[in-house]
Amino acid sequence: MSLFFFVLIVALATYFTLRYRRRVEGEALRPAPHHPLWLEVTWVVIPTLLVLVIFVWGFRGYLRLSIVPAEAYEVKVNGQKWFWSFDYAEGAAVVNEMVVPVGRNVKLLLSSKDVIHSFFVPAFRIKKDVLPNRYSIAWFHATQVGEYDLYCTEYCGSKHSAMLGKVKVVGEREFADWLDAASSAGEGMTPEEYGAKLYQSKACYTCHSLDGSPGNGPTFKGIFGHDVKLADGRSVMVDENYIRESILTPTAKVVAGFQPIMPTYQGLLKDREIDALVAFLKGLK
Amino acid sequence: MEGKVDSLDVMNRMDEMDSRARPNYIEDGGKGLLSWLTTLDHKRIGVLYLISISIAFFLGGLFALLIRLELWRPGGQFMSSDVYNQMFTLHGAIMIFLFIIPSIPAALGNFIMPLQIGAKDVAFPRLNLASWYVYIFGACFAVYSMVSGAADTGWTFYTPYSTETNTSVISMTLGAFILGFSSIFTGLNFIVTIHKMRAPGMTWGRLPLFVWAIYATALIQVLATPVLGITLLLLVLERAFGMGIFDPKMGGDPVLFQHFFWFYSHPAVYIMILPGMGIISELITAYSKRNIFGYNSVAASSLGIALLGFLVWGHHMFISGQSELSSAVFSFLTFFVGIPSAVKVFNWTATLYKGSIRLEAGMLYALAFLFLFSIGGLTGIFLGTLSADVHLHDTYFVVAHFHYVMMGGTVIALLGGIHYWWPKMFGRMYSRFWAVIAWLLVFVGFNLTFFTQFILGTRGMPRRYFDYLPQFTRLHGFSSVGAFILGAGLTIIAVYLVASLWKGKPAGDNPWGAETLEWKTSSPPHPHNFTQTPVVQGGPYEFKRG
Repeated sequence: MSLFFFVLIVALATYFTLRYRRRVEGEALRPAPHHPLWLEVTWVVIPTLLVLVIFVWGFRGYLRLSIVPAEAYEVKVNGQKWFWSFDYAEGAAVVNEMVVPVGRNVKLLLSSKDVIHSFFVPAFRIKKDVLPNRYSIAWFHATQVGEYDLYCTEYCGSKHSAMLGKVKVVGEREFADWLDAASSAGEGMTPEEYGAKLYQSKACYTCHSLDGSPGNGPTFKGIFGHDVKLADGRSVMVDENYIRESILTPTAKVVAGFQPIMPTYQGLLKDREIDALVAFLKGLK
Repeated sequence: MEGKVDSLDVMNRMDEMDSRARPNYIEDGGKGLLSWLTTLDHKRIGVLYLISISIAFFLGGLFALLIRLELWRPGGQFMSSDVYNQMFTLHGAIMIFLFIIPSIPAALGNFIMPLQIGAKDVAFPRLNLASWYVYIFGACFAVYSMVSGAADTGWTFYTPYSTETNTSVISMTLGAFILGFSSIFTGLNFIVTIHKMRAPGMTWGRLPLFVWAIYATALIQVLATPVLGITLLLLVLERAFGMGIFDPKMGGDPVLFQHFFWFYSHPAVYIMILPGMGIISELITAYSKRNIFGYNSVAASSLGIALLGFLVWGHHMFISGQSELSSAVFSFLTFFVGIPSAVKVFNWTATLYKGSIRLEAGMLYALAFLFLFSIGGLTGIFLGTLSADVHLHDTYFVVAHFHYVMMGGTVIALLGGIHYWWPKMFGRMYSRFWAVIAWLLVFVGFNLTFFTQFILGTRGMPRRYFDYLPQFTRLHGFSSVGAFILGAGLTIIAVYLVASLWKGKPAGDNPWGAETLEWKTSSPPHPHNFTQTPVVQGGPYEFKRG
């Protein structure tokens, strides 16, 4: 319909322009046409009626998006600079990749640890701002198995455009298996292996490399057991306690050359998980 | 040769011969730079503003080109994400606060409006000059922010990000705060001028439509800008002293900031577009020698837009966490603000019917405006529709939409206005050949840059992204190419306009054969505008037949 009006206006304007071009300077002006009131009334009334129809249509769609069905599987979503984390009632906690069952209503309880973020999955046509100290609610019903892009769409600073994730839609049976495995994570793995898995799933990799190159934070390669220089001039030995402190209170001892931008993982990691990460770092020579 | 040479043409030719001999504001208002910096003449202040906003536009445009160059391919090309974030903030803040808000009212409005109503000057010439100095003062803060670790918040300064980031947010917001006063001064001045300084016979029903548009704009400037001032001041206090109004940890609410901010910034959209619409009314009537179709509805729709513009700010916040009921009400009201704009577009198109149309550069810009503004306006319907906005909000669709309105609307109208009034302002004609070439580049470049962004947006490309996923590469590439074509067009315009000041042929008093009052005085106009007070006997667009 927009297209129709656009074409109408442009076509008329073009036609009039070509048809009534001034061919000769000083040509006689055509008599002013009658200025009919009905014409002006028409082009006020018709668009008004049309936009009212569009409003009702948009409003009904919005209600559908806003009212969460009673039967819905709930996932807690956390936004913080610059990653997403997902908590499941069964105990699974993952970062940046959310797994949901196909053909079920999924309710999202969203909140932020720092600034405003926005949760956007274009394929599901949902978007909701994620605010600190408040829950926002969104829901969706995935109809097809697959992987869908997740974006942050409220500007949140340096790595806003890297605050990406995936929503992985899987079959009901596969979801149940995944949930079991993710909820009892770490069993049957060595601490190093578990630490390596956490390095991925908790998104440490977005800032800390394993190959020696600096990112937003220092690399993890070969730091264990060595001294590092801190921003305030002191130096400190990287040991179990320093790693633990840096995970839970990242701004306490910041390595020289880096900004104090790491968020705290207090509450996001269990002791067993921190132990596993320490074991993982020890192994990185 | 058909048609007869009327007395007006003869007068024009006589004018051309002796126009340089007659007193004009450029040569006879005092000599030297100091006389310009202390001038009280609205025409000279208009020129000062024109120079200032051109510099701002150049800077803002430069940042835009750097942004497009960076986005040419995914990943970092030649800047870091932090620099990119500062770039788009500076692009937005400069274009909004330093360029587009003052552009048409303070530059062309200042110069043309008093001439159009047959006044000697604005009501408060000293306030007028003060507004320019306040503008420069505010601009200094913005420049200071730029060199001292430019703000990276986006021009919207959303909390709590803007209270946490360690870039120079305070100087940027103070700059915008000060610029607000400049805008208020101008608005106040224009309201009083239009009420009190009209020439004998210049009734409200005979005001040129540009004046009506400037009047409606001035009302918004005076009523809305103080809210921005308060909001930015609160932000500065929050940042400097941790007041906690917007900080949820202290019981504040970040969404409150968004309400405050958009309560100004939505009406501000109409500060930007209304004067542009006023220019289009002038261009279409003058270049088709036709009385405007439905004067009353075009004039009234300006006021209607100004009024309704205050009631729709919440449509920027459909997914922000405001209540569903607020979103519904704001969406409902938003649709009505589209109606007066649609009325204008219909009336302009109807004005062309059976006109005597001359395709000068000014007219080409007016037609481009109809084309681009229609796209900008109609895509606004998608964004005003609640369910569609949930998907499109904060994507490139929004970026494309407001560039179609702001640049395709306001900037195109400004360019049209400059091409239309340039001969009046400086008494010289620019190269009409290059004007058409540049217009073509601008039109093609603009559409290539921004139409691709509509497609990017519908596919889910979020805005304010330094980096993007590989599926968006091709469209971003097109957009970047378009931006450079657009940049080339704008550069050509700058070159031939400046060149015309020295090389241009004398333009004559009324090269377009228009009927409004500014064309009845000499070009460039007399320091006191008219040698004797004009007496108005008819409407602004009553072209003589024959």
